[in-house]
Amino acid sequence: MSWTDIGTLNDIPLRGSRIVKTAVGCIAVFRTAEAEVFATSNKCAHKGGPLSEGIVHDRKITCPLHNWIFSLETGEAQGADQGQITTYPVKIENGRLLLDFDAVIAKVA
Amino acid sequence: MWSPATSEMENSMQKMVIIGAGMASGRLLEHIHEAQPDAFEVTIFNAEPRGNYNRIMLSPVLAGDRSFEEIVTHDDDWYADNNITTRFGEKVTGIDRERKVVIGEKGEVAYDKLILATGSAPFIIPMPGHDLPGVVGYRDLEDTNAMIDAAANREASAVVIGGGLLGLEAAAGLRMQGMEVTVLHIAGHLMDRQLDEAAGYLLKNDLEKRGIRVIVEANTKQIVGNGKVEKVLLDDGTELPADIVVMAAGIRPAVQLGHEAGLDMGRAIKVDAQMRTSDPDVFAVGECVEFDDNIFGLVAPLYDQAKVLANTLLGKEDTFTVREISTKLKVTGCDLFSAGDFAEGEGREDIVFRDPKRRVYKRLIVENDRLIGAVMYGDTADSNWFFGLIKDGTDIEEMRETLIFGPSFQGGGGASVDPLAAVAALPLEAEICGCNGVCKGDIIKAIEGGVQTLDGVRTETKASASCGTCTGLVEQVLAVSLGDGFEIKAEKPICKCTDLTHEDVRRLIKAQELKTQPAVWQELAWKTPNGCHVCRPAVNYYLLSDWPLEYQDDLQSRFVNERNHANIQKDGTYSVMPRMWGGMTTPDELIAVATAAKKFSAAVKVTGGQRIDLLGIKKEDLPAIWSDLNDAGMVSGHGYTKGLRTVKTCVGTDWCRFGTQDSTGLGIKLEKKLWGSWTPHKVKLGVSGCPRNCAESTCKDVGIICVDSGYQISVAGAAGMDVKMTESLVDVATEAEVEEWVTAFVQLYRENGKYLDRAYKWVAKVGLDWVKEELSDSDTRKALVDRFDISQSVYQKDPWADHVRNRADQYKPIADLTKEAVT
Repeated sequence: MSWTDIGTLNDIPLRGSRIVKTAVGCIAVFRTAEAEVFATSNKCAHKGGPLSEGIVHDRKITCPLHNWIFSLETGEAQGADQGQITTYPVKIENGRLLLDFDAVIAKVA
Repeated sequence: MWSPATSEMENSMQKMVIIGAGMASGRLLEHIHEAQPDAFEVTIFNAEPRGNYNRIMLSPVLAGDRSFEEIVTHDDDWYADNNITTRFGEKVTGIDRERKVVIGEKGEVAYDKLILATGSAPFIIPMPGHDLPGVVGYRDLEDTNAMIDAAANREASAVVIGGGLLGLEAAAGLRMQGMEVTVLHIAGHLMDRQLDEAAGYLLKNDLEKRGIRVIVEANTKQIVGNGKVEKVLLDDGTELPADIVVMAAGIRPAVQLGHEAGLDMGRAIKVDAQMRTSDPDVFAVGECVEFDDNIFGLVAPLYDQAKVLANTLLGKEDTFTVREISTKLKVTGCDLFSAGDFAEGEGREDIVFRDPKRRVYKRLIVENDRLIGAVMYGDTADSNWFFGLIKDGTDIEEMRETLIFGPSFQGGGGASVDPLAAVAALPLEAEICGCNGVCKGDIIKAIEGGVQTLDGVRTETKASASCGTCTGLVEQVLAVSLGDGFEIKAEKPICKCTDLTHEDVRRLIKAQELKTQPAVWQELAWKTPNGCHVCRPAVNYYLLSDWPLEYQDDLQSRFVNERNHANIQKDGTYSVMPRMWGGMTTPDELIAVATAAKKFSAAVKVTGGQRIDLLGIKKEDLPAIWSDLNDAGMVSGHGYTKGLRTVKTCVGTDWCRFGTQDSTGLGIKLEKKLWGSWTPHKVKLGVSGCPRNCAESTCKDVGIICVDSGYQISVAGAAGMDVKMTESLVDVATEAEVEEWVTAFVQLYRENGKYLDRAYKWVAKVGLDWVKEELSDSDTRKALVDRFDISQSVYQKDPWADHVRNRADQYKPIADLTKEAVT
């Protein structure tokens, strides 16, 4: 694991999202509750919509393009839709957000 | 007070030094002295000039319910009886681990075993003014007495920074002492570590009923005062008078001694499961320890640690484990309970029970047939039973259906019955509508009197006319009484989060004066914790439309286009469309648009609404292109909103040989009046200078045709999925009348339309006759315009300039790791 500091919890609005740019694509980091974050690929499994621009509810994200809904924990599409987005470990420590950068590289490679 | 070292003690006796006389070390001493009173020769230091007392009972002391003497756990006699040397009021200045001595202000003490129990210190936010006299933490008797002293002046005001457990107990205590109290909390709801939003909302309500003012999302800027605290300033300019400021923003482990002694540190002093630090003869216990990445602030795990440490010191095997803890608030009248993990999640099921009338909220979180978390508010009678289920990991599959009703509903009964049969079996005196006290018999009587519909029952008996949560029951009574004569209305609820329709929710938001989203979720018995992508934008719109001054628009409840003030395209880029009032522009504006288009490599499109659209703008570039267009005097064209889009005009009398009135000028006036307002769906206007209708006004939401005698206003046209001609609303003589009627129509739509219904759909539902009837009354019309103006005082501002100034960073990635090595 290589925990990489990507910013502070308060950089992300409650029930909002920000992206992290990497050489292998964008990662979306979601804040689902006061102190709860998830990281996934920013690309919808359907037509590549930017998930970070969707509406966050519970621990789920609705894609802004065609309303596909994904679990932020498992990455699985919800309901009748079939699809999967990649999830990455992210944690909060002293208000800082730490993303497991090795996992980002590993899952792409 | 302390006595000289007890030299008559046996030499074989091990010397133990404890630094800190808090709750953990108090419990440790009790364990040791119960098990083996002569095992150690003990010396205890405490920076406070007193021994162990029950620190968590300081709240009742502050509230005046207890005296300090009542909460002392170990008095002088106890230390004397147990041969403990006390060095209270003396600070420890260092530890020499080589020589195994503790260095106190009044001399050294040698140890065989050293216990660090230094606890924690309140975290004082280092804002300007934090060091003024009158700023206190809430930790010890001195702090408590400072608060009691401040309250002696009955006119005094207190500000508590931090709406967690400690802050709220301080606030309640200060209020009991008669002070004006304001709680400032940085998060969106109180006790955000322990409660979800619904419970936080109820708690806030209850505190406000007790006269405590609560401000959430409060950013404290500074504390101001000349020689002592006088007031607190917030970022938004709010000023709060304060004779005392209580900082309850959290605690920090007090670890300086451990750090200076060179022990292994994390956020606190690292210990193993036997409470041993990196030095085998030095132990730590309580709030100053870190175990397995955890630090501790509640008393239950501290007591566990004390027991483990006592056993370890006495040579018995014991292991500390982090276990489930529960939280209750010691404020009378605010019954809450939280335990375990209460976040939503895949594979986790929520069982939510809300009783708006009794102000009860309960949420159980179930995973793999085990209860893993619980949040309750208003009725916590069964909390211990639920906590037991969580701790024991009991299989709850059998009682799943009735679990939320608590232990008394378990075992027997619980057969799932046909709901209609259940309603049929109800006695006539059974209450159906709690709000209006309507029983089943009243409804049956109304039905026997000829009522056949839900609306009829509402009018006749008032049942289901207030909070609406009994609507289903009333319908079942109708179905039981009328048999096939009644079909339960197939009106669809908004989404799976609620049984209520859009119309119900609109009505109830107004009737119950619900002004926040958590209020809607709780009072209207939402079935999910915070809605979904379908209901949230609708509820957000209803709230901002009904309470423009009180409700805070929530960007996170908006579709991407309205959050980012630009239209997202299929490749994730955006289109940017500046406003061109009435479709008029100038060479300078066109130069600015062209320059921006070149600079940001935009595709350029002329739209059907007489505007110029710049396509293919990257999200990161949005603030920059907006700023450029703002510099040229242009504002957002709102080509992306459920709000006023465009007013299309023809050239009118300025140029046209057939024009009868200044259609362009009127179009510009209407656009300047209506822009920036949010509506249930998009709104488009057209103003044509003569019946030839070059502005295609008769397929708009509102169309105006200028004629020699004045203006023909028609509404409810469509040219999208449906094509429909407008219908005449009224003919008027002056531009001022046009403006008043159009504004009143838009406001009526704003206040009554269902979210995502275009105006023509809404008019079809309510009937054009009703719209005409409402608007033809000049008082009603003026009142609608007044309410529209109030809303515009908040919402008529250029969102581009606002976002460039205040939110530009949100358009950038939070981090750029493209330079990180990919190996």
